[in-house]
Amino acid sequence: MTTPAPSLPEQTPQTGPRKVPSRAMLRYILRRLSQAILVMLLVVIGSFFLIKMAPGDFVDTLAGTSDLTAEQMANLRARYGLDQPVPVQLMYYIARLATLDLGYSPFNNAPVLDILVKRWPVTAILVVTSVSISMVVGTLLGVMAARFSGKPVDLGISILMLLFYATPNFIIAVILILIFSIKMNVFPIAGFATIASGYTGWEYIRDVAWHLAMPVTALCTFFIAIYGRIGRAAMLEVLTLDYIRTARGKGLTERRVIYVHALRNALLPLVTMAGLQVSALVGGAVLIETIFGLNGMGRTAFDAVFQRDTNLLLGVLFVSSLSVVVVNFIIDLLYMVLDPRVEIK
Amino acid sequence: MTQKFPTVGRRSFLAGLAASTALPLIAMPGKLWAQEPRAGGTLRTPAWPAPSVLNSAISTAGPETFLGPKMFDGLLAYDFGMVAKPQLATDWQMSDDGLRITFNLREGVTWHDGEPFTAHDVAFTFMEVLKVHHGRGRTTFGDLLAVETPDDLTAIFVLETPNPAMMRALDSRESPILPAHIYEGTDILDNPANTAPIGTGPFKLAEYEIGSYVVLVKNPDYWEEGYPLLDRMVIQYVPDSATRAAMLESGQADAVFLNMIPAQDIVRLDEQPDFTMDTRGFEGMPSAQQMDFNLDNPILANVMVRHAIAHAIDPEWITQNVWYGLGTAGKTPLHVDQVEYYTTEGVPEYPYDLDRANELLDEAGYPRGDNGTRFELMLDPSPWGTESITASAYVREQLRQVGIDVTVRTQDFGVFVTTVWTDRAHDLVLYTVNLGVDPTIGTQRFYWSESYRPGSAFTNGAHYMNPEVDALLEAAQVETDPQARRDQYAEFQRIVMRDLPVMPITNIHGANIASTRVHDHTVDALGVLGGFTRLWIEE
Repeated sequence: MTTPAPSLPEQTPQTGPRKVPSRAMLRYILRRLSQAILVMLLVVIGSFFLIKMAPGDFVDTLAGTSDLTAEQMANLRARYGLDQPVPVQLMYYIARLATLDLGYSPFNNAPVLDILVKRWPVTAILVVTSVSISMVVGTLLGVMAARFSGKPVDLGISILMLLFYATPNFIIAVILILIFSIKMNVFPIAGFATIASGYTGWEYIRDVAWHLAMPVTALCTFFIAIYGRIGRAAMLEVLTLDYIRTARGKGLTERRVIYVHALRNALLPLVTMAGLQVSALVGGAVLIETIFGLNGMGRTAFDAVFQRDTNLLLGVLFVSSLSVVVVNFIIDLLYMVLDPRVEIK
Repeated sequence: MTQKFPTVGRRSFLAGLAASTALPLIAMPGKLWAQEPRAGGTLRTPAWPAPSVLNSAISTAGPETFLGPKMFDGLLAYDFGMVAKPQLATDWQMSDDGLRITFNLREGVTWHDGEPFTAHDVAFTFMEVLKVHHGRGRTTFGDLLAVETPDDLTAIFVLETPNPAMMRALDSRESPILPAHIYEGTDILDNPANTAPIGTGPFKLAEYEIGSYVVLVKNPDYWEEGYPLLDRMVIQYVPDSATRAAMLESGQADAVFLNMIPAQDIVRLDEQPDFTMDTRGFEGMPSAQQMDFNLDNPILANVMVRHAIAHAIDPEWITQNVWYGLGTAGKTPLHVDQVEYYTTEGVPEYPYDLDRANELLDEAGYPRGDNGTRFELMLDPSPWGTESITASAYVREQLRQVGIDVTVRTQDFGVFVTTVWTDRAHDLVLYTVNLGVDPTIGTQRFYWSESYRPGSAFTNGAHYMNPEVDALLEAAQVETDPQARRDQYAEFQRIVMRDLPVMPITNIHGANIASTRVHDHTVDALGVLGGFTRLWIEE
């Protein structure tokens, strides 16, 4: 507990963020932007070929669920350009994308953008709420476990974490439904808000909160476990450092040492984790969105794959990768605020 | 929690079924007590999948056929037993040769936008929309030459040949009447009204959130005085069937229609006093599970092999354990609910008998090899619902016992359809299908040589070619004498069950499950695919 880690210099964490030179910042943003465009182009091209490699197109899936004659099928293919060679279809798609036209979803009979404008917020709210709650709760649990390391509190928290970590979220979802909807009838099971309720303002917000309570809880458990374990490990490491000994030596209360001095440095790996999870959650919420009847991005992508709705799928991937790029950018900025040693290059 | 494999033993299942069907009067008096219908209220029902468009004239998919009739009317409706009754047509006469049918239309009917409904709408709908864009329209209305409109309230159908099937397909689900003033002169598939419908039906569209929900409200100007009773209907699209069941069970939904929750949940909830199951109203859309043999496979081209496979599989087991008894074991290509034509008289049967199956396979010249296997087959179950996938596990095990090594290939729907009906890379294919309002429309396509059309799903995938069967099917298409038509279909059932290009597995009994507060969702043959004009909910 007393060997200082040589990699971290002794310091107090109280210096504010260094002022970032604006030209460097601009260059940095430009570089990130060009990277982002490249990444998104690769995502689009890659997924375009992947979905085209799967046998059958949307006309086939449509014909499978309703009766269509061969002529009606040919007409539909011509209408949506599916009779063109795949590279030509891709070129058309990218050309349209350049003008920010995401195309038309034949299965939903609506422009892709109109659909995603409704669905992106569902996933965004779900994911941001879940990550925020799990980060706060997980970190607090992790800090407590570290503070009472080796004591019964630590053991209790560790067992809880293991349980959260090991239980798949769809099982938790079903258990929540059984207890809170079927037995107690407290929370609505499906949907984002009460349909055609006419709620506005706070009433609407409360309604949405009630609808999201169970899906957010189900999504959170796993991430609380992740944050808790990482938080505990990071805190234990930081607590061995010399500056903590100094802080204690100054006679600061243990509470202040833990929450002000140690936590700030321990937060860095947690923030990294949050960035990664926002990305993972955009796709990973599929199961929860399915169980709770939430029409979000994950669910939309899932259905689009099965309906061979190329435009809709590519739209989801495009918007999702854009979200991920933006989130990572924000995380990088947050890093600079949290740790002044981090500089943009 | 969706259970892939049944856990209810047959004995306890049957006991439960007996209790729920034989004792409702004693055990659950509330279920059957007649009460005075009440106007008002909202019906909440979860469903899946979500619709592409909001009318059933240009799409025959499930969600559209449920929604369409709430907002659109047909010329006719059908009482139980498929007896025609008036809807937009008040009465009708057929000429003696069966080639001219005169419909007198209802007076004073208006579209949701206030325009009057006329014979022109009828002519336009049949000639420009249903004949061209309806999935089954070409089959049903192929020989409809013209619709004459001598005045605003008379529509005369002029046919090339008599068409008995058409007279069973004039309801609001199969042939909804669209407004000519909205659609005429436009690209019909592209018309914005496809997702913002203007109908004459009992309900109007209030809100449509693509893929999430549809809200319908009462049409206050509906032509039928005092109806509909409901104020509002909320259809929420929920992808997980266990979630739909939980919504019903917790009272967050009032009813789940069209088997949209797992069979075991339907049976379980029906045993509770708060819910009641109704299996009526499916005769207009009987559905069945069946298994095609690809006759292009030289082994399966041997009829003895097909008979052997039929002996090795017990449809009754599948019906009880995969469908939880919500069905009848299949005995002919028709559905047991098609009472007019269904017959088992003189129809060959293949009782479950593994010894007989082994004998037939030996005789057919496929002895067991060193490892006990005679030959290998690929089985493609349809991923539509879980029942075909579950049943295929049983089929695989049964055929293993007679020395046939079956590989089950489970794929997503698009790949499944392409593999079987486009690439024809299948040996056995197990799927569920809608048998339509008439054998001409729903059954013929699997057996008629002319419907062997690679590239079109759910056609003659067996590649069955029998001139005798073709002749019978084509004769029945235009036969107006009911007895002669019955004889033709009886003969068809006998020949097809002898040749066995398709093995019937289960005649599915559709089921709706609703809270006991919900009344009269099924009042005629169209069942819940009708307009819900009589549906009412207790306070």
